[in-house]
Amino acid sequence: MEGKEVQCLQREAVLSNRESLRAIRELLLANVVMAAEIPAPTGSEGLLTRFLSDRFTEAGLTDIANDQAGNIAAVLPGQDRSRNLLVAAHVDKVWPDSEDHTVSVGVGSMRGRGIADNSLGVAVLATLPLILERLSIALDANLILLGTTRSFGRGDLAGMRFFLENTDQKIDGALCVEGMNLGRLSFSSLGMARGEIVVELKGGSEDPDFANAGVIAVLQKALAGLLEFNRAHHPEVKILIGTVDSVSGYNVPPLLGKICFEIRSREAERVAEVERLVHALVERLQAPSDGAAVAVEIIARRVPGDLGEGHPLVKAARKTLEILEVEARPEPSISELAALLEAGIPSLTLGVAKGEGRHSPRETIQLDQMQDGLAQIVSVLQFMDSGGCD
Amino acid sequence: MDAMEQRIEKWLGTNTYHHSEFWSIRELVRAKEKAGLTVSLCIPTLNEEKTIGKEVIMFKSELMDRYPLLDEIAVIDSGSTDNTLAIAEAFGADTYLSSGILPSYGFRPGKGENLWKAIYQLKGDIICYVDADIKNIHSKFVSGLVAPLLYREKVQYVKAFYDRPLALSGGVRPSGGGRVTEILVRPLFSLFFPELTAMMQPLSGEYAVRRETLESLHFPIGYGVETSHLIDLYQKSGLDAFAQVDLDRRVHRNQTTIDLGKMSFGILQTFLNRLEHNGIVPEMPEFDGIFRQLQAEGKRYETLNRTMVEEERPPMKTLPEYQEKHG
Repeated sequence: MEGKEVQCLQREAVLSNRESLRAIRELLLANVVMAAEIPAPTGSEGLLTRFLSDRFTEAGLTDIANDQAGNIAAVLPGQDRSRNLLVAAHVDKVWPDSEDHTVSVGVGSMRGRGIADNSLGVAVLATLPLILERLSIALDANLILLGTTRSFGRGDLAGMRFFLENTDQKIDGALCVEGMNLGRLSFSSLGMARGEIVVELKGGSEDPDFANAGVIAVLQKALAGLLEFNRAHHPEVKILIGTVDSVSGYNVPPLLGKICFEIRSREAERVAEVERLVHALVERLQAPSDGAAVAVEIIARRVPGDLGEGHPLVKAARKTLEILEVEARPEPSISELAALLEAGIPSLTLGVAKGEGRHSPRETIQLDQMQDGLAQIVSVLQFMDSGGCD
Repeated sequence: MDAMEQRIEKWLGTNTYHHSEFWSIRELVRAKEKAGLTVSLCIPTLNEEKTIGKEVIMFKSELMDRYPLLDEIAVIDSGSTDNTLAIAEAFGADTYLSSGILPSYGFRPGKGENLWKAIYQLKGDIICYVDADIKNIHSKFVSGLVAPLLYREKVQYVKAFYDRPLALSGGVRPSGGGRVTEILVRPLFSLFFPELTAMMQPLSGEYAVRRETLESLHFPIGYGVETSHLIDLYQKSGLDAFAQVDLDRRVHRNQTTIDLGKMSFGILQTFLNRLEHNGIVPEMPEFDGIFRQLQAEGKRYETLNRTMVEEERPPMKTLPEYQEKHG
């Protein structure tokens, strides 16, 4: 194995990949623009998977197909077809199709909704066959390219889960591509429970707070309770609050509201423990005399997983980043990687470009080091092709 | 149906395309190579930093790196004060200042000036012009326009039109020209050149033209350049020299009514000049070229006068420098 690592991660080869990629950067950038300007909210990714399908067809890939979950998959056949490598990117975005998806391009950056998460990842998927061709790289293993659907929110990785449950191919190793941030090296997944506390005012309450603020009075108590868990419990578990919503305007107390949250920890038991506390909190808030119905629903879960710092794939990815002089930033994931690790597939999530403003209208990616991000993916893929995951 | 209607309908049937008819760029490249033609793209600019980068990336990637339909991409700039040129250059376009091309002929600020100088500067047998302010840019904006020239030898000039609705309740819809087209240009064409009313959007800034046609055309430097081209080429070669391609949809800046007034004034001057130049009407009176608009502030009204003389560049092939460079 050590021999293979040295052979496949020769400094010159990685740097040569980077130089070659610099010259064909526009091929990727054009795909970024196109992928970013196609709306693909979770559950309605059809237009964007169609775009990928067209690109795969142009590249002459085989077995191009949408599955029942809406995923788009294609195969670049290898020279020795006994092994299968997977490169995946989720195609769904957090933005509804009613939002403006126009991309603007500056000297060294691109900006637009969803450009980093995950239009750039999708563009890498769309461009990878051409990149390998231009770099004269012929893989031994079959390369399966997979655009997955229903990653975010209630989607709960449904696309990736469906693929893993139904594919008849043994996957020997996988890379998940995320637009940002370059240097991201995820080889473990967190335990997670994603839920919603929903408050509905049924009427009949004498509480003056309800008269003036509707469900906000209850949401406020629930929010305080959730944040208190963060202060009172072990630092290895935390609750993230993503949404507090009770839209009603300015002068009408809202009758319906919700809090969206995630409990995260490396330890499954700690997630379960806090989940029980959240249920207890909701029961306390559910005082019948208040006239408010309070309920909690857990809509997505992840079990913790870890490839391990010492796995050859992790070491190879670190080494690649080191050669490219990019600082490696290990961070656990809760995205597609979790499903792959749960399925026992040696997998990583890598970022392609530096960026900022994730999930904001001003989401931006920097272009100056994008060839580093691509060189990293190509070089790690070559390592995997040499049997590095075995 | 009168004879004019029949001619227009026949032309609409044979010379109006939808870009999807040319979806295979690989096929276009084959046709280009078979015909032994080269194709240049010219993007005229003035302070277009918000959109130029995306246009260059899309065209270079799709139509040069991936499929070699374009032989060059040139941005010809009227003197931008923003990052237009730096961005265009960063993504691989050739960039030129209009004032630096044929400097002995001076520099006139105006889009037509850039288009005219492009004929001298660029190499292609076909030149495709695309405005720089398109937000929803796609390779079809070039491939769709160039295609009829590659497939049909007699077609010399291909115009874009847009705005096919995504949903339509009935079977009939208006042709969808812009405001200046429908209020000014189409009425004028109806009176003087009825066949030209077949052009859906005569003022669209996207068109592809054969070099031998372009080099023979007069070039007003301002708003009238497209109108002038249509009239002159129509007079010389008839409607069959033209084709038009539906590019579906174009998202761009909206212009104010004041600006549309200026545009109309420029186009009208050009139109009258071409009537006189082509001997359609006797000598026109001298115009002072002042466009007079009004504005109100409270109860006070004042005139806004702007001198707008539509200057014109001669056919490029009459320049000795051009003859020397392009034979």
